[in-house]
Amino acid sequence: MARNEQHITQNIDWLTVLIYAACVTMGLFNVYAAIYDPEEQTKLFDLSNSAGRQLIFIGSAVLIIIAILVIDYKFWEAFAPIIYGACILLLLLVLIIGSDINGSKSWIKLGAFSLQPAEFAKIGTALMLSSYITQPSINLSKFREQLWVAGLIILPALLILLSKETGCALVFASFMIVLYREGIPGIYPSILLISIVLFILSLFFSTLYISIGLLILAAIIFQFIIPRYDRTRKTFINLSVIFVAMMLFSGSVDFIIKHVLQPHQRKRIEVLIDPKADPTGKGWNVIQSKITIGSGRLWGKGFLDGTQTKFNFVPEQHSDFIFCTIGEEHGFVGSAAVVMLILGLMCRIIFLAERQRTRFARAYGYCVASILFFHFLVNIGMTIGLMVVIGIPLPFFSYGGSSMWAFTILLFIFLKLDAQRPYTLSRT
Amino acid sequence: MSENRKFFVYGLFLAVGIIYIIRLLYLQVLDNTYETASNSIKAIPDIPMRGQIYDRKGNLIVYNTLVYDLYVTPNKFKVKDTLSLCNLLKITRSDFDSLMKIAKTYSRVKPSLFMRQLSKEDFARIQDAMVDYPGFEYLKSSIRTYSAPTFAHALGYVGEISQKQLDDQDNLYYHQGDLVGQSGLEKYYEEQLRGRRGVRYVMQDVHGIAKGAWKDGELDTIASAGQNLFSSIDLSLQQYSDSLMAGKAGAVVAIEPSSGEILAMTSAPTYDPALFATREFSKNYSKLYRDPYKPLNNRALSGSYRPGSTFKTVQALVAMQEGAISAGSIFSHAGAPMKCHGHGGLTGVSSAIQWSCNPYFYHVFRRMLYANTEKNTFKASAIGLTKWHEYTEKFGFGRKLGIDLPSESSGKLPDVSYYDKIYGEKRWKFSNIYSLSIGEGELLINPLKLANLAAIIANRGWYITPHLIKGVGQNNNPLPQYTEKHETGVEPHYFETVVNGMEMAVIRGTVSRGAIIPDVQMCGKTGTSQNKKGKDHSIFIAFAPKYNPKIAIAVLVENAGFGGFYAAPVASLIIEKYIKGHVDRKAYEQEWKNKNLMQNVIILKSQPSKPKEDKPVPPKPKPEATIVSKQFTVEDKQFAANKKP
Repeated sequence: MARNEQHITQNIDWLTVLIYAACVTMGLFNVYAAIYDPEEQTKLFDLSNSAGRQLIFIGSAVLIIIAILVIDYKFWEAFAPIIYGACILLLLLVLIIGSDINGSKSWIKLGAFSLQPAEFAKIGTALMLSSYITQPSINLSKFREQLWVAGLIILPALLILLSKETGCALVFASFMIVLYREGIPGIYPSILLISIVLFILSLFFSTLYISIGLLILAAIIFQFIIPRYDRTRKTFINLSVIFVAMMLFSGSVDFIIKHVLQPHQRKRIEVLIDPKADPTGKGWNVIQSKITIGSGRLWGKGFLDGTQTKFNFVPEQHSDFIFCTIGEEHGFVGSAAVVMLILGLMCRIIFLAERQRTRFARAYGYCVASILFFHFLVNIGMTIGLMVVIGIPLPFFSYGGSSMWAFTILLFIFLKLDAQRPYTLSRT
Repeated sequence: MSENRKFFVYGLFLAVGIIYIIRLLYLQVLDNTYETASNSIKAIPDIPMRGQIYDRKGNLIVYNTLVYDLYVTPNKFKVKDTLSLCNLLKITRSDFDSLMKIAKTYSRVKPSLFMRQLSKEDFARIQDAMVDYPGFEYLKSSIRTYSAPTFAHALGYVGEISQKQLDDQDNLYYHQGDLVGQSGLEKYYEEQLRGRRGVRYVMQDVHGIAKGAWKDGELDTIASAGQNLFSSIDLSLQQYSDSLMAGKAGAVVAIEPSSGEILAMTSAPTYDPALFATREFSKNYSKLYRDPYKPLNNRALSGSYRPGSTFKTVQALVAMQEGAISAGSIFSHAGAPMKCHGHGGLTGVSSAIQWSCNPYFYHVFRRMLYANTEKNTFKASAIGLTKWHEYTEKFGFGRKLGIDLPSESSGKLPDVSYYDKIYGEKRWKFSNIYSLSIGEGELLINPLKLANLAAIIANRGWYITPHLIKGVGQNNNPLPQYTEKHETGVEPHYFETVVNGMEMAVIRGTVSRGAIIPDVQMCGKTGTSQNKKGKDHSIFIAFAPKYNPKIAIAVLVENAGFGGFYAAPVASLIIEKYIKGHVDRKAYEQEWKNKNLMQNVIILKSQPSKPKEDKPVPPKPKPEATIVSKQFTVEDKQFAANKKP
């Protein structure tokens, strides 16, 4: 055991730990800045406010880290189905006994603290997914296995969707990156990408223009790109089916927005296109968030000197809109540094994942990076007006116990696996 | 097999990261729309109190009163019962709607001015009730308040800055909605009165609630209050002068000769300056603007009159100084194309002034013009007139004196080139322009210049530019140009001759008997200013006492008649009041206060030429006929002849 301990401290990837510590510390100070009220001289070490509580979350996260490093690495792979099952049970439970917070029924109250099972479901799903595809019999190019994998991911996502946490449910789409790396046919991510591109285009251009554009594109592909010998009746029909499907999709975007999406979701898409459409309502967040970040200029207004921040121009600023505080008080220098820090973390995890000897560890590493990436993409994107406003936290920065713990567990399970790498034999 | 796919993942991460950093660069560094839109810091102008104006005895003439401006934010405004709100504010429903529309046009989320200048009383009345009407807020402001309803013409008024004034300003001090002196002293001393505006940067939260100074007030500039003005006006004398001019049209200007300080300046008919300091500015202004007696005209400064016989003093002085005549010169009536009133034998200049003998001054002016060696009468006249013009100009005629008020008229003092233009070079001579000799013809002056003439005579040859403010910021600190002596170039002993004549004119001459002030030696000269329509304007210039004079005065009563009978009594009462502090001739005083000469005043079918600085008058009635001064054109020159003194 003592020997093992030593190995852990020696083999753990200290760079990742350092980045983690930096993120968490900066997050804590920015949460403090976001809630800072100059009239009351808010204190950092005061448990009655968010910053004080965030400090407790960080402290308990350290305990969790120690526990993870102590627990044997085989536990996670072996117990993956059980953890996954427990998560599903919790998600079901929350639908029954969950407390209503901000219109979504996704919290379980435990005394003073509330837990959000959806945050932990990401870990469960990541473990389950990794352990499932690690089985030697699994071939992801087979449709049956693809269905299983899809089921594993969609089940928790659906349950989360039922508890009205759309943002959290959308995070599960990020597993596509993992599956892509692990050998799923390229058609799936392609469909996803094309759908996203078409969806965005349909928001800005009418269906007619998109259809014309697609027709021209199809003609070019058929005439110039497909080799002459391949220009058969069959390829022509295939191509036609694909492009008709794309046209139908772009045509249905309007329908989706108007009839499938909830009114508040529709509004969020509308204000992304034109924040001025509703400047005091849904557009408020988008405009205020941009003003707040923009007013930081190159060097920022200084710690605790952010005036937009201090006077609550941006709602949810200590949690989902924490990036505004960074942008205003630390300027372009600070916000770019944070972007690069998170980017560095994600790339480091991919780098570590690629050097794993087990498929489980590699897949799990990709899961961690993908989840971080999705949060990064959406959270920062919405504060700078490039993304629809979806309420998901910025990993390690945003206020919140569940997300702090969940991301810490998510990351450190991977670091534990990575630290064991020299002692594991490759199974793939 | 999918080993290479990691590069796509790296690529995806990096692409998003780079896009976000570029976007941040744009938002935070390149594009400053978001910085300027920053809505948590608000610059609040700190507008200092405008300086107050005191009279020469230290009484306040103009000061500031606290009022409340009512602002409305249309978005926050919610009301069920608009009618009761209208009743509370004492406005009609349609007024309310139009005010609200203006506010909405300006901004739905920012407060805009709804009602200006609610008095403390009005504010107290509605303050409690306004709690029920969200969206309204107040700002403290101040309005000009006047301790007495007098002196309006000189004080001028303060009004909201016009678009043109905003565009024309040199150093961009003013903002939309600022108040600025629009006429009178308020305009002339605007820079001193306004003080310097300060700016406070305050932080406000999302609800617009102030949250204290930004950066602890590091960038704030402190407003400095406007400077007080110390006027030379004697408020009680001013009001006394007003009361004597009630029921008359005309002007009174009284000057302290030794300092050039104006003691009183009345333009009748007058109005209450407070009328322009209220919300009803436009209404009041239009009403006065349409008044046929033109109360808005400051007759003391912008009126144009012929000086009449008062000008004979100048003729005598100039001719004596030039050596054209001597104090004892005697001329017969013969040869003069003007008549004269009966009077005893003349013994020289003094008695000619005493009796205001027209033929005498015809000869004086003739001698003056021909007092050179030139044989050709045309050339001699030109040479003579040039000399004459040099002298008279030093008395302040034909140009602006430079009083500290904006709307002074320069009048008219004809010179050689002027007549050359009319008659052609060397085609005119004395016989064409002799009406100048008795102050008629092409001469035009305003009452201020007449008073200055009285002051020059009182000083025996010099004057200090008449001014209203003898202290800026502190007492006895006038602008530098008001301490400088201007010499006329005529020697003092010639003045004594004229002064003696003026003394005799009061004791036993052209001045009405009643105008003699018991115990005060007043020296005066009457004048009767001809004009085409209606009766002559009655003019009187005087100073007292004869030695060491304390006051010099000019009184002009429009369309009243002979100078000695109308203007002189008014002047004598004002002088008595000033020198003795009270008036003994109570019955006489009452008689003149009550005298109404308005029925004689000719109402020209034209509007007063509008002072340039005015702007916010909505209806602009068009003049139905041409301008007042039209009547004094050269066509009338022959008209000057055959007239009374």
